[in-house]
Amino acid sequence: MSAVASRTLMSLADVHVYLGGSHVLQGVTFDVPEGGVTALLGRNGVGKTTTLRAILGLVEVRGSVKLGDDELAGMPTHRIVKRRVGYVPEDRDVFTGLSVAENLRLAERDAEPRYDLVYELFPELEARADQRAGTLSGGQLQMVAIARALLNDNRVLLVDEPTKGLAPALVADVAHALERLAELTTVLLVEQNLGVVRRLAKDAVVLDQGRVVHAGDAKELLDRPELVKKLLSVGVA
Amino acid sequence: MSTFLLLTITGLGLGAMYFLIASGLSLIYGLMGVLNFAHGAFITVGSYGTWWASVHIFDGIDSALWRFLASAAFGLVMGAVVAALVELVLIRPLYSRHIEQVLVTVGLQLAFIALITGIFGPDPKAFEVPPWLHETTDVGGASIPNDRWIEILVAAAVLVLLQLFLRRTRYGLIIRAGVENRAMVQALGIDVRKAFTLVFAIGGIAAAIAGVLSGVYFNVVGPEQGTSLLIFAFIVVVIGGLGSIGGSAVAAVVVALVQQYTNYYGSAGIGDMVVVLLLGIVLLARPRGFAGAVVGGRA
Repeated sequence: MSAVASRTLMSLADVHVYLGGSHVLQGVTFDVPEGGVTALLGRNGVGKTTTLRAILGLVEVRGSVKLGDDELAGMPTHRIVKRRVGYVPEDRDVFTGLSVAENLRLAERDAEPRYDLVYELFPELEARADQRAGTLSGGQLQMVAIARALLNDNRVLLVDEPTKGLAPALVADVAHALERLAELTTVLLVEQNLGVVRRLAKDAVVLDQGRVVHAGDAKELLDRPELVKKLLSVGVA
Repeated sequence: MSTFLLLTITGLGLGAMYFLIASGLSLIYGLMGVLNFAHGAFITVGSYGTWWASVHIFDGIDSALWRFLASAAFGLVMGAVVAALVELVLIRPLYSRHIEQVLVTVGLQLAFIALITGIFGPDPKAFEVPPWLHETTDVGGASIPNDRWIEILVAAAVLVLLQLFLRRTRYGLIIRAGVENRAMVQALGIDVRKAFTLVFAIGGIAAAIAGVLSGVYFNVVGPEQGTSLLIFAFIVVVIGGLGSIGGSAVAAVVVALVQQYTNYYGSAGIGDMVVVLLLGIVLLARPRGFAGAVVGGRA
């Protein structure tokens, strides 16, 4: 279903998820090409976050989720992550009772975690290493959440609404960090800010009511305001 | 003044046992959301394991102190093994099925009492300890039984070791993070189930220590000793705050002292009622307890 010629890194085929009696994902099928950013778009509540959680095994999945030749569906979350799948969750989910340094230490997976890169992008985190994460601002928490993913060499990174609730100046910082991430790994990005999507994404997949309704080049989509309005019910940034 | 001092030290000794039981309960609930009603069985394993080993395995050791220490070590190992097995065999298949967990742990507790009664009989067994523990030490005019010091010292040592474990080790870090949000711990690539088994084993050791100390405190071990201590340990966990070891330590001291003072200065038996009243007040004024974290919400 991918519109580009790049090699497919990850593919979802006929993925169904039921949550509390609701059929949230209803046969989601799309490919994520290797390298760059693929944006996963859609209105609120169409199943974007559930799709990321399904890939990660945080919800029960029917269907196929393949990373390269590995079938991820049915695998426990920690094993999926060990296949070098990184995750930046929607609500940051930083451990507020731990210090910044402890949050990062917990996320170490590789023998040589990339602290140089983390502190190059977020020097504030080095200065606040001993500070309890519960006392950080929203922007700083997002830095910790992204830094946890940056520490390890991931094949694919699932990033869920990284700019949600951030001030405009911080949105630019986060977008810059994601640009750097995209140079290192493949990113599947859920994002409502279409300006950020235009800046980062090569491909776009649009969900509606638990199904894929569009897949293709991101910029081509964003250059068609009437299609964006139809699919996402928003104006183009 | 000497009576007050005696009550205080005795209360601290009782609080030490409450803390040892509550710390495991609190960690298990905080990390796994499991309300472990079978925790009393681990206390019984510790006390009966120690008693049994001193009679059947280490009875040839002449020194009462070494016989007691070797037997207690056996009891603690048994406590850890039984607790880890309970987690692996009975609790693990029931994650996220909280009603079934409650039924299984309540059933296990009742079955365990019946098993112990069936094997060893309903009568309490005399618990042999080094003679020094039956002697007293005069402090400020009060004759304090020596075992109270041991109970307090052991609980303090366990508190320090638990804090060091939680603050200085990677597994401690995983447990602290897991108490807050265990799904996110898994999303970082960590097999949180290993931490579950470890927490059960740690809780089993702490409960077994409480079992040994209850034998020292009461001079006997009985099939239902664990159950009566467990009820107050649950109250301590709620007052201290689920998932907080420090909160459990403070609450254990408060509950035990309140019990001692009200039983003596009020009337015998009223202490238990006052403790339940205290639980109600804390729940109304501070539902998370003294130091409770938000737990169990992110499975």
